[in-house]
Amino acid sequence: MVEQQHDSSTETPTTGHVWDGIRELDNPMPRWWLTILYASIIWSIGYMLVYPAWPLVSSYTKGFFGYSSRAEVARDMMEAKERQKGNLDKLATASLEEIRTDPNMLEFAMAGGRAAFNVNCSQCHGSGAQGFVGYPNLNDDEWLWGGSIEAIHRTITHGVRNADDEDAHQSEMPAFLKDEILTRGEINDVAEFVLSLSGGASDDAAANRGRGPFGENCSACHGDQGQGMVDLGAPALNNRIWLYGGDKPALIETISYSRKGVMPAWGKILDPTVVKQLAVYVHSLGGGK
Amino acid sequence: MGLIALPIGFCAAIGLILAANAQDTAMYVHGLMFFVGSILAGFWVIKSTTGAPKAAAPKTPEGFNDGVVRAGVIASTFWGIVGFLVGVIIASQLAFPVLNFDLPWTNFGRLRPLHTSAVIFAFGGNVLIMTSFYVVQRTSGARLAGNWSPWFVFWGYQMFIVLAASGYLLGVTQSKEYAEPEWYVDIWLTFVWVAYLLVFLATLWKRKEPHIYVANWFFLAFIVTVALLHLVNNLTMPVSFAGSKSYILWSGVQDALVQWWYGHNAVGFFLTAGFLGIMYYFVPKQAQRPVYSYRLSIVHFWSLIFLYIWAGPHHLHYTALPDWAQTLGMTFSIMLWMPSWGGMINGLMTLSGAWDKLRTDPILRLLAVSIAFYGMSTFEGPLMAIKEVNALSHYTDWTIGHVHSGALGWVGLVSFGAIYYLAPRMFNVTRLYSVRMVSWHFWLATIGIVLYAAAMWVSGIMQGLMWRAYDGLGFLQYSFAETVEAMHPFYVIRLIGGLMFLGGALIMAYNVYRTAKGDQRTEQPYAVSNAPQAQVQGAVS
Repeated sequence: MVEQQHDSSTETPTTGHVWDGIRELDNPMPRWWLTILYASIIWSIGYMLVYPAWPLVSSYTKGFFGYSSRAEVARDMMEAKERQKGNLDKLATASLEEIRTDPNMLEFAMAGGRAAFNVNCSQCHGSGAQGFVGYPNLNDDEWLWGGSIEAIHRTITHGVRNADDEDAHQSEMPAFLKDEILTRGEINDVAEFVLSLSGGASDDAAANRGRGPFGENCSACHGDQGQGMVDLGAPALNNRIWLYGGDKPALIETISYSRKGVMPAWGKILDPTVVKQLAVYVHSLGGGK
Repeated sequence: MGLIALPIGFCAAIGLILAANAQDTAMYVHGLMFFVGSILAGFWVIKSTTGAPKAAAPKTPEGFNDGVVRAGVIASTFWGIVGFLVGVIIASQLAFPVLNFDLPWTNFGRLRPLHTSAVIFAFGGNVLIMTSFYVVQRTSGARLAGNWSPWFVFWGYQMFIVLAASGYLLGVTQSKEYAEPEWYVDIWLTFVWVAYLLVFLATLWKRKEPHIYVANWFFLAFIVTVALLHLVNNLTMPVSFAGSKSYILWSGVQDALVQWWYGHNAVGFFLTAGFLGIMYYFVPKQAQRPVYSYRLSIVHFWSLIFLYIWAGPHHLHYTALPDWAQTLGMTFSIMLWMPSWGGMINGLMTLSGAWDKLRTDPILRLLAVSIAFYGMSTFEGPLMAIKEVNALSHYTDWTIGHVHSGALGWVGLVSFGAIYYLAPRMFNVTRLYSVRMVSWHFWLATIGIVLYAAAMWVSGIMQGLMWRAYDGLGFLQYSFAETVEAMHPFYVIRLIGGLMFLGGALIMAYNVYRTAKGDQRTEQPYAVSNAPQAQVQGAVS
């Protein structure tokens, strides 16, 4: 038999067991503790009655009002769509110009465009639309494929150089070294000439030598003054906006091996009204041509 | 000797065969490691049996086997440092992604399971084996069963850790959280774990005390349940006998449910029940006070282990998991609140009559604050299991903050308390090298945890609110990248907290090392009103 003792400092009886000098007091369980334990059990049983809870052979207990989280999500989605329905319907039939000039539609399209941009476009163009190397900055007024709202809408809808949409923008710059059109020396000269168009040449003699090959090989698309051509998505070369870098090594790389930026055809992915919202939003960022 | 050579030789042969027929680099490396490990074990056995008598199984005056506990003190401290260090590294990677170095072996995806396994299984597991072997001997009045078996458990477990950790770095994973090791490592752990269970049970069987002490109930529940969880969650079909890849038996949402039944109970039984066992021995011993309530310990033990096992589905709220399973996961989590708090009450109330010792005994302070963190985490857990709360907290850093207030606060601090308690006893010296350094460790760790948890609460709730923010017209307010950017300052604060926690652990490692050497730092003792210094600092009792 174990011998019950009293703890000297709290005057509480012990259970009498001793393990390696450890005794146990015979305190009752705290009342508040027991109360909350019972309360949480009762609450849980109530919750199990109200909500789906127990598996049966081929079904489960459905609860008092047949709650289903899938139905809840569907309802939330429906309500969210319902709230936007008026605005979306107006956007669906309005022209881009009408959207741009109607303050209510513009506000909605800008908010929607910004949200859609953040989810779909910011990965390449940056969350501030500032662009990265190879991905155009959309805040400036330099537009490869045109900066009017219709042109932007067309670019977003069909994309650039993708295989999914036959109306995608297409153009191909030759790889002048790889395709053996120009020699390394000529490419160096052309690069100097291109730099001279924006006042950045370091070797005037080379730049002068480059004028000839540039006229023969480049000006058809980029223009004889390097002013670019929107129909072919050929960038202007007479300013300091560079998609793939404007220092000489980057230019030589571009001329030698060409560049082919690709953009998806968002018209095949997003709802037409979302594409419209995107066009309005992106148009508002840049020069607004 | 002859009998033990057989399984060791068999293991060496298996290692060689696996390496020779390996289908991939990981299996080749692991086969060789297993071979080398077996050969080393063989040498060690020969040396132990032919050298000084009973070198492998030293005895205390009471006849206890403390050798394996002593090894546990060293292993726990070592793996703790490794685990915390990798944690600091991956926290830096999250704040500054360039630190991934674009190398497969150093990227976050491989280091993250290395961190979680190192802290939970390597550090936590060694602490559990160490303390359970110590406690079961003391509270049963019986020597640990078997001479070689406890050592097989210890070294076999280290082998498991090394195989798992090196596997992660080589890219081997079965992609189940906290159960990443592949099939062959799982099989090895099963052998080790069964041996652990048998050693523990056989020791209890030999006990001289009529009743089994509450700490041992918790240890036993932990060992038995972890075995069950491990087996069911890791049922896989290997692609080939000597290849590391396997396919899990479960599929789809059933796999998810089994995984979180496992994952949640890894927390419940490994990190809660096991460590409650530690608390139930070391708190009354260090405070030199009786356990507060025997009845409470019975009721909270049985309610805890009955309720915990059902709570896993709360990890899968608002997923493809059927609604009824989500309801059960949530309600059982809420009912679990008080059973968890029973441990906190029993731990803290055991200090009644000894509260003054907190001023002068930093070891007791570590233990007491660990119980406070336990209480906080086990309140937060049921709260986060409520579906409406979970809708905000799920997938955010709030979860990470919750886990770490439990892991660093509860598991970490109670383990440090146990290591400080055991170090002078295991190395047969009168006291720790320095008690003041324990106090330094305490403050560094506690402030580090507060920084960590607070940063993650703020960033997690902010993240959740940003994800669900809509503007007046019904559009999402923020992109994902914007939420990541907003979390950066909190990732830096988390890193600072982690560095402080690691710093505290390094101080502990130094303290344990000097204690083992038998050094005693000359330092001003804490002003003790009514107890002799030796008692507070943990002389052998």
